[in-house]
Formats: sequence, C-alpha cells, structure tokens
Amino acid sequence: MESKARRKERLDRGIKVRTEGIYAVSSLREITYLLLPRLVLILGLLIIPLVLPSMYWQRLICMMGIFALLALAFDFLAHYVGIVCLGGALFIGLGGYIAGILNSSYGLPPVLTIPIATLGGALISTLLLLPCLPVRGIYFAIVSLMYPLMISRIIEALGLFGSTDGLAGLATFPNIWVDQYIIIAMVLISLFALRRLASEDFGLVLRGIKDNDQAVKASGMSITWYKAQAVFIASVIGCFGGAYLTHLYGWVGLSLFGLDFSILPIAASVLGGIGTLVGPIMGAFILIPLSEMLRALGPLRIVFYCLILVGFIVFKPEGLMNYFQRKYHQFEHWIEV
Amino acid sequence: MSEELLLRVSSASKSFGGVKAVNNVSFDLFKGEILGVIGPNGSGKTTLVNLITGFIRKDSGKVFFKNKDITKLPPHKIADLGIARTFQIMRPYHTLPAYKNLIVPLYSPRVKRASGGKLGDRDAVAIDLLEEIGFERDAYVPYKLASSLPLGYLKRLELARCLALRPEIILCDEVFSGLSMAEIASTIPIMERLQMDGITLIMVEHRLRELFRLTNRVIVMNFGEKIADGIPDKVMEDKKVKEAYLGTEVM
Repeated sequence: MESKARRKERLDRGIKVRTEGIYAVSSLREITYLLLPRLVLILGLLIIPLVLPSMYWQRLICMMGIFALLALAFDFLAHYVGIVCLGGALFIGLGGYIAGILNSSYGLPPVLTIPIATLGGALISTLLLLPCLPVRGIYFAIVSLMYPLMISRIIEALGLFGSTDGLAGLATFPNIWVDQYIIIAMVLISLFALRRLASEDFGLVLRGIKDNDQAVKASGMSITWYKAQAVFIASVIGCFGGAYLTHLYGWVGLSLFGLDFSILPIAASVLGGIGTLVGPIMGAFILIPLSEMLRALGPLRIVFYCLILVGFIVFKPEGLMNYFQRKYHQFEHWIEV
Repeated sequence: MSEELLLRVSSASKSFGGVKAVNNVSFDLFKGEILGVIGPNGSGKTTLVNLITGFIRKDSGKVFFKNKDITKLPPHKIADLGIARTFQIMRPYHTLPAYKNLIVPLYSPRVKRASGGKLGDRDAVAIDLLEEIGFERDAYVPYKLASSLPLGYLKRLELARCLALRPEIILCDEVFSGLSMAEIASTIPIMERLQMDGITLIMVEHRLRELFRLTNRVIVMNFGEKIADGIPDKVMEDKKVKEAYLGTEVM
C-alpha cells in the first residue's frame, strides 16, 4: 500500500513537470507573463501595415512577409530536422511558375492557383530533393542550391513559359490591404503551426533524426520518409510564398529562381536567432527594410549591410530572439527573488 | 530449454579495404538464450552487430530471422521485425528530456501495430519504462535533458529505447563498458529480467566475469573469425582462445 502511494506521488510529480504550462494559468500575472510576448508578436504584425501606409512600404511589407516565410522554413529544417536547405529559390520559383502557368494558360483565378501551386510545387520540390535525403551532411544544401540554377537555365534554353521575358499580365489581388494581410496571416499561421508540430510526437521524431539518425533507424523508422515529410512541410511554406509573389506583381520571370531567395533567409535566421522560429521572422522584418534604407548610401550599401551582419555574428551569435528570450526569463526571475 | 531457432547467421563476411573485419562467421541463436560475443579489440564484434542489424552491408553471407531471409533489408525494416540494438558510443537525443527519448520508438510503426493503434499517453508509457529499467531512485531524473545524464543512466536509457520497441532480440553492444562495479551489479538483474520476459539477448562484451554470470553460451572472435563457440568454461580452456587473449607462446 505504502509503495503504491509513493508510486502515485512519483507519477504526480511527473505530471506536474510535464504540465507546467497549465499550472501557470493559476494567476493573472502568470497568464500575462505567458501571453504578453505572443500578443506583442501577433498584434505587432497585424498593425505594421496600418502604421506604414505609404505605397513604398506596403510593397516592402509584402516582400518582408515572403522572406519571413522562407526564413521560417529554413529554420524549421535546420533546427528541427538537421537539414541545411538552400532551396528557397527552388520553392519560390516552382510555386511562382506553377501559379503563373495555371493563370495564364488555363485562366484559373488566384483562389485556385495558389493552393494548387503550393501543394504541387511542394510535391515536386520534395521529389526532386528525395535522392539526397538518406544521407547526412552537406549534400542536401548543395543539391537544393543547384536545382533553381538548373531549372532557370532549362527555361531559358528551351524558351519555355515566355523564356527570359516571363509571363506578364497575370491576375493580381483586389487591393493593397489584401496583399498585405494575406502574407501576414500566412506568416502567423505557419509560425504557430510549426511550433505546435515541433512539440508533437511527430516533431520529436524529427528532432531525434537531427540528434542521432542511427538511433531512429534502430527504432524501426525510415528516416527518409520522415525527412521527406519535413521537406514537404517546409516547401509548402516556401511555394506559397512563390505563388503569392506571382499574383502580387501579376508577373513571373526567371528572377524567381534568384539566389536572394536562398541566401537572405539564412541571414535573417542568423540575425533573429536560429531555432526560435520567431527569430527568423523578426530577422526578415529587420533585414529587408534595412537593405532598402541603405540604398541611400549608394554603392556602399552592401558594405554596410555586410558590416551589420558580421557585427551580429561576432557580438550576438545567438541571435536577437534567443537573447530577448533569455532576458525576459531573467526579468521574471528577478521579480520573484 | 526450448530449442526454437530465432536467428541464423550463415557465413557473413565484410572487408574494409584489405582488412577482413568479419570473415565467414556463422552461428545460430535460439529463443530465450543470452549469447555472449567476446574477443580482443578489433576482432569484429561490433561489425558483426552492424551486419546483423543492416547498418553495414554484408559482402557475402546471409542472415535469417525466424527462417525469413533478412539479409538485404534496410536497418529500419530489420528493427521493425523486432531486432533492437544498442550503440556502443552513447548518443541519446540530447536536446530532449530523457523520457522524451523514448517517444521516438514508441511512435514507431511496430509499436503502433502491437498496441492496436492505441497507446494512450505515450509520455506515461515512457516514464513507466524508465522506472522499470532503473530510473526510479530519483524521480526527477527522467525529466532531465538527456545531455545532462551520467553514463550509467545513458546506458540504461539506451536499453529502454530498445525495450520501448517491444523487441524479440536485443543486440547489446558493450552495455557494461565504462560502468562502475556498482552500476554493473545493478544492471545484471535487469538483463536477467529481460531474459525472463522472453527477450533473447546477444551481448557483445569485454567484461568477461560479469558476462559469464549471465550467459551460458559464448562465441569468441579473433581477427574477424569465429574461433570458438560453446559454454564459457569450455571455451576459455580452448587453446586458440587463450592465444587470442594472451598471445602465442614464444618457445
């Protein structure tokens, strides 16, 4: 009897450890402590279009959203699955071209082209990247970087889909507010969906693959299958960005396969804090406007841009978000003592 | 003892370059037994484990599990059949708490099939498993990050990871190495209980005295070849085995 009671107490302690979040709901202060950062993020993103109403900024917010999605996808793959993916351009290009072709050749409206391009593009990207999934190491990064270069050369050489001119005159969104809120909604949905996914059992398997793929194999699970699902999820996010970009400008062209889409998300992730998912979004919302503002400096723009990035890597290698999170938790601790 | 053949390895070979890591090794494993695999360093014991579990492709030879040819199957398919293994070099999922380490095998298709799709609270099952394997002394330990666990617990976590899969065979690659005498003394009953639960064990070991308390049959390997097979006392009397461990007499 006594050992039974002790066993129950042990289990209860376990439950308590696992459900700290529920215990936090016991007081208003705790609730505020948990909810405040989330509210600041959600409201902040929703308010941005209202406080920056000029045409120039409105366009920029849309681009920021696209890069935020790509950075999110990069961070998810890098931190939760251990895949370094330079395939941003591949996702944007495939999603963009599929949406563009469906719209110009078959006359489908954006309501249909965007979902089809998102899922279709993600499926094609996953299949293209499938051969380098069973192996660890740098192969995935190289292959995902080469595909967009290859596809854009094929389009150019064979004169497909308007060749170097691209396809113009595609459908656009009704007005600039729809433009902005579609992408902001998608950023928020992707962020919270990925965060939920990462804490589910499926997410644990992905983290297991990152930590030790041999042990996952020894547990009777095909790592290729799980990695393929993770890549599919990331490319859904990326391809949506591409399809959205097509309808934002009503145009697709070879610049959709540009290297910017592969490289900038990494810079945004490093700046914002790898592994936080929120950080990369913040990084994108800082880096893109920064690079625009630096235009005033003319040719020295890239120099300053690089200096800022190098400065971050040297002085705050953990990234902004990790730093803020730590400070925030310390702040709470400080009040209690 | 029932003599039901569970695993048959027939003339398995593997060379790395010019080195014959495993050379024409054959043995049978019967249900319910604990088979010891011993031999000097570099004699091919771990490679043998890797060959059976499919982590390394065999150059030649075949492996049968319950009369089914599993030679060409990939590692996860072999594990799915119920052949679990531990790793000699401990690499837990270090970013996860100890009990979350077990969620990965508990999420596997094999366990889903065995539990009929319903496992209930996987976390609770994981913690029960850890308690069974010897995490009970300090109730906070299962919630610690796996990267902060000491070696003794890591070895047990590795065993628990295998157990979570509900295996029929566990290949233990040096579970005793690096443990203190006290830790080994507390691990031996766990292994005995596994055997009583009907799990067949292959134990690759360097700690002969502890191994011989558990097992009644050992295989001795040297330079990739099986040089002896039988009950421990007989095997250790064998001239070839003595030579392998102590060297040839210079006379």
